[in-house]
Amino acid sequence: MSVIAEIKRQKRNSPWSELVRRIEHGDVIFRTLTVVAGLLVVLVTAATGFELWQNSALARAKFGLDFLTGTNWDPVIEDFGALPFLYGTIQTSIFALLIAVPIGLGIAIFLSELAPAWLRQPLGFLVELLAAVPSVIFGLWGLYVFVPSVVKPFAQFLNDNLGFLPIFQGPVFGPSRLAATLILSIMVLPTLVAISRDVFLAIPNAQREGALGLGATQWEMITQNLIPYGLSGILGAIILALGRAMGETIAVTMVIGNNLDLSASLLHPGYTMASIIANEFTEATTDLYREALIEIGLVLFALTLLVNIIARLLVWRVARRIPTEARA
Amino acid sequence: MMSHEQVQVLPPALSMRSVQKDAAPSPKMLVRNMNFYYGSFRALADINLEFPENQITAIIGPSGCGKSTLLRTLDRMNDLVPHARVEGEILLDGENIYAPNMDVVSVRRRVGMVFQRPNPFPKSIYDNVIYGPRLLGIRDKKVLDEIVEKSLRGSALWDEVKDKLHESGLALSGGQQQRLCIARMIAVEPEVVLMDEPCSALDPVATIKIEDLMRDLRNNYTIIIVTHNMQQAARVSDYTAMMMMRPDRAGEMIEFNKTRQIFTNPQDKRTEDYVTGRFG
Repeated sequence: MSVIAEIKRQKRNSPWSELVRRIEHGDVIFRTLTVVAGLLVVLVTAATGFELWQNSALARAKFGLDFLTGTNWDPVIEDFGALPFLYGTIQTSIFALLIAVPIGLGIAIFLSELAPAWLRQPLGFLVELLAAVPSVIFGLWGLYVFVPSVVKPFAQFLNDNLGFLPIFQGPVFGPSRLAATLILSIMVLPTLVAISRDVFLAIPNAQREGALGLGATQWEMITQNLIPYGLSGILGAIILALGRAMGETIAVTMVIGNNLDLSASLLHPGYTMASIIANEFTEATTDLYREALIEIGLVLFALTLLVNIIARLLVWRVARRIPTEARA
Repeated sequence: MMSHEQVQVLPPALSMRSVQKDAAPSPKMLVRNMNFYYGSFRALADINLEFPENQITAIIGPSGCGKSTLLRTLDRMNDLVPHARVEGEILLDGENIYAPNMDVVSVRRRVGMVFQRPNPFPKSIYDNVIYGPRLLGIRDKKVLDEIVEKSLRGSALWDEVKDKLHESGLALSGGQQQRLCIARMIAVEPEVVLMDEPCSALDPVATIKIEDLMRDLRNNYTIIIVTHNMQQAARVSDYTAMMMMRPDRAGEMIEFNKTRQIFTNPQDKRTEDYVTGRFG
């Protein structure tokens, strides 16, 4: 009898064969590990939400839903409202995406479709390196270099030429929601580029050849085939970027000006939910003050959750409308 | 003087056939002294070949001999491949498609391609077919509707899909998808149709349908098909080109003739061995 056949026979006849097989193959261990890891994610998310809810009870009891619409934040008389921060977070992250998405998609398309082969690796590496820069560096650079030398003149220019638009009304400040928006748009760029480039690279060449074979130009192929084909992945990239923009703390805190401004103008200083927490949690000496800050955290948590759910639904609808798997 | 020049540029294939006094239709495409390189590697060596108008020409040969590469040079699909380079000339109605002033997009509108695996776009059947016409600027719904019906009838798919034109092209079976790709291509009314093993991913029933379709299309198009399947070449083609790989791994053309000749009375021993199934 051959060695192989002998081993097989022994394994089959062992009284522990079932147990031994399972352990040897790693099935049990592997399955347990992955299930635990999966559950852990759910658990951590749920626990975070629960803790935020639990620890903001005082503030929730005192202000109720008015917390969301309250425009005042005065620790001295203990009157707390979240609206300026909610507004600042939403305005800066949406405008940041409006700037970053076209640029990021452009870079991704250049890297995956147009750049000469020798340039793709180094350029992609540089963009990803941008993601590795700590945000405090962005904040410092923003505060001392970017804001005075780029943002302020740019804000002045916008105000001079487009000042009739509410979002560009003066007076012009250096640290402002515009500064935060621009910094954020740079910071979310690597996420957008890296994911959407991978989305484009994953599109089968048959799609490109099919389009070009019908007389499409490269531009037509990209806009009419590749972008629709990769749409759900690109939306995923945008959502991740939005999540990052909404949660970004330190860099924004350093350049946004920290002001309870509620005007439409991007040129005014503002505040975000993440920055108010970062700025004041050490000073929150009373229980209500501390819990109001925690409730801000709860609102931020709920907002990101909401955005993600909406995004999932959006991606799911797009994916259902355009099945990307061929059945052939 | 002129006739002297003409004699000089005659490819071997053409002179070989003219010896047999088989009057062929005028060539729609002509490949002259063509060499193809991937970087420094020569993949095709000194290809000379003609594709007669409104005929089906099959390109056969063992794996790796460069059949697909040759086919893809005919609509400049290899332009996409980094470091790919073509030497020599490929003439479409007497015009060199590799001439520096030649617009690659207009070449591809005149030379359509059907790929090995069906590659419908993830769009509706309707949108797949009007893809090309829309690129040409046609927006009129009525015109587009007509194009869709005509093209789908042309690819023998109309009856199967006329009630679900707005469903995804990917929901079709493999054979239907391939016919959708053919409809999509004939919607732009190319003059030459290239088919790269169009049936290799299909079952026998779907294969027969595509082959019937090729015979129908032959009246309006010049068809060039690469196939591994010698029965298929024998069944559908009027002319057959036999390719082999040389010892330096470059593909070369070893025989071109009427299909009947190639399969019944091949001139080259290697062709005979190949078509009789002695290797390949």
